[in-house]
Amino acid sequence: MDFAFTEEQEQLRREARSFLSERFPAERVAGLADSEAGWDEQSWAELAELGWLGVSVSEEAGGTGLGFLEEAVLHEELGRALYPGPFFSTLVVLPELGPEEQADAASGKTRWSFTLDGSLVPDLAIVDRVLTGDGSVAAEGETLETMDATRRFGRLTEPAAPAEHLRTRAFAALALEAVGISQRALEYAIEHAKTREQFGKPIGIYQAISHPISDSYVDTELSRSLAYWAAWCVAENDEQAPLVAAAAKARAAEAAVAVCERAIQVHGGIGFTWEHPLHRYYKRAQWIEAFGGYPAVQRAEVARHLVG
Amino acid sequence: MDLRDNPEEAAFRTEARAWLEANLPEDLKATRGGAARFEELGREWSRKLSDAGYAGLTWPKEFGGGGAPYTHQAILLEEMARAEAPQHIGVIGLGMAGPTIIAHGTDEQKSRYLAKILSAEEIWCQGFSEPGAGSDLAAVRTSAREEDDHFVVNGQKVWSSFAHIADWCILVTRSDPASEKHKGLTYLLVDMHSSGVEVRPLRQITGEAEFNEIFFTDVKVPRENVLAEVGQGWQVAMTTLLHERGTLGFALTGALEVAIKKLVALARERGVTDPVIRDRLAREWIDLQALRLTNYRALTQLVKTGIPGPEGSVAKLHWSEANQRLGKLALELIGPDSQVTDGNGYWQYLQLRSRGNTIEAGTSEILRNIIAERVLGLPRSR
Repeated sequence: MDFAFTEEQEQLRREARSFLSERFPAERVAGLADSEAGWDEQSWAELAELGWLGVSVSEEAGGTGLGFLEEAVLHEELGRALYPGPFFSTLVVLPELGPEEQADAASGKTRWSFTLDGSLVPDLAIVDRVLTGDGSVAAEGETLETMDATRRFGRLTEPAAPAEHLRTRAFAALALEAVGISQRALEYAIEHAKTREQFGKPIGIYQAISHPISDSYVDTELSRSLAYWAAWCVAENDEQAPLVAAAAKARAAEAAVAVCERAIQVHGGIGFTWEHPLHRYYKRAQWIEAFGGYPAVQRAEVARHLVG
Repeated sequence: MDLRDNPEEAAFRTEARAWLEANLPEDLKATRGGAARFEELGREWSRKLSDAGYAGLTWPKEFGGGGAPYTHQAILLEEMARAEAPQHIGVIGLGMAGPTIIAHGTDEQKSRYLAKILSAEEIWCQGFSEPGAGSDLAAVRTSAREEDDHFVVNGQKVWSSFAHIADWCILVTRSDPASEKHKGLTYLLVDMHSSGVEVRPLRQITGEAEFNEIFFTDVKVPRENVLAEVGQGWQVAMTTLLHERGTLGFALTGALEVAIKKLVALARERGVTDPVIRDRLAREWIDLQALRLTNYRALTQLVKTGIPGPEGSVAKLHWSEANQRLGKLALELIGPDSQVTDGNGYWQYLQLRSRGNTIEAGTSEILRNIIAERVLGLPRSR
């Protein structure tokens, strides 16, 4: 029994965090999110160069030849940085593609997304192809204003069959992203509680402030455990993977929303402004919570498994 | 990362499972959490566990332990939960007094006490809390006055589980009457059969008396029963509390797993269709898995570094609240009949008993302080 990432995987995490904090600091992400394009297309070549796009693609198909555990580290870190770009959308699709398509995607030449409901497609405007339940279609449709401007939806011109078979991998990836969101929002709250002074003292000495932050830590760690478990199940092709990924997505998304809400409250007025990055995390957390069904939908699935 | 047992762990699991199957008496299975019946049978069961080498699994071999890795302890607790086997009756000796004596005791103390903890020949209780010193443990007032070759102890302790059947007590006393707070405390090993020790059971919310008040009136405690040095009581007490919470996660999660399995079985049997109840049941199952996997992460950290990770502090806090939600859910699932306690009253007992979970072994408020201050680095609130 060994429930930890390897030293190499932790090294990948350090590299990712260092790259993202340098290239995608909060101010830049805010600027991109508020821009018309919503992202920096040049960044896709950088991600390809780093080998991140082909992290789970075999070396024969031009990938890095690693697995879903390494991909998991990247989902978490890119979520933590709120990277605006179709990393999630493309990587969820990759294992379903043929070797040539995989090679094109890993090199950054083509970008992919998918639809879980036959209509809504994450990142539609900035990808080339969309995987459906029975093949793939060109990424054509209307771009929709989306609460989370770093991951905008589009609606396909022609309804398509839902790509149900991507649900498990998508849910595992989103659970991991949600953990990254929770961790970052928790850090914002801790930092503010330590430095903001009222009545001559840092507000973190008040238990009305510190106890909700402790609850956010508990929520983050519990969802981290579920998300890593889901990652392991996907990596091992474990038969429990669909159930575990659904459970992890439900718990981690709900936690991320709650952690962001507590962080906003701890910040007071500044937490409610457009200027502060927290609202962007809060919106991504809600995006994750909603995608593929709110947590009650996944819990209904768990209940069917338990009770019949 | 590999969540499967390695071959050596798998072998230990198989062996433990087979042993439990062969040795656990049917009437000892946890049909009800109450303590009274268990006291009669508990010592015998504990001796069996000890003879088979399952008591003190991670204690060093030189003190009669198994010298086994922490993973074995975790596997044993999982298998005991799976078999619904009660724990060794000497939980305070095994989990708290023993490790503290191993850490701070003299060779004489180790050879005098440790073997009898393992064999359940001697039961221990804990004398920490007082009427005026609950969460604020440093406020203890029970006095230990040095006289010739012994201490004279006077005072009152409270919330002491097993004291009514205990042979020994780990006792935190104030040996320097002029001292305040963490200074001037001394940790004593007190014979509960000494003259001047009086135990009064406290009847609790469930109607049972699992814990007690202990009154000490001019109790003579020989000087050789001081653990570590006079005046070092606070540091020694912290070792005890580290162990209290450190090894707890798997046992707590195991108990919760048994209860959730029973509740799922009940829901199946009744063919529950109410979507609200089904949603809450799924939520509790998911949180149980989250706790279980968090224990695994903490265990991996402990095995790799020898230091418990911060994940451990999450376990008790979250478990206690999960257990409370579970108790309420079970009664709601049963419906109005839940108020009738005919039969074994398993769920009614669990629901009422669970109110103590957020109070005992560190209140949830204290645990949130610990997380805020020691894990997250927030400023101290007092």
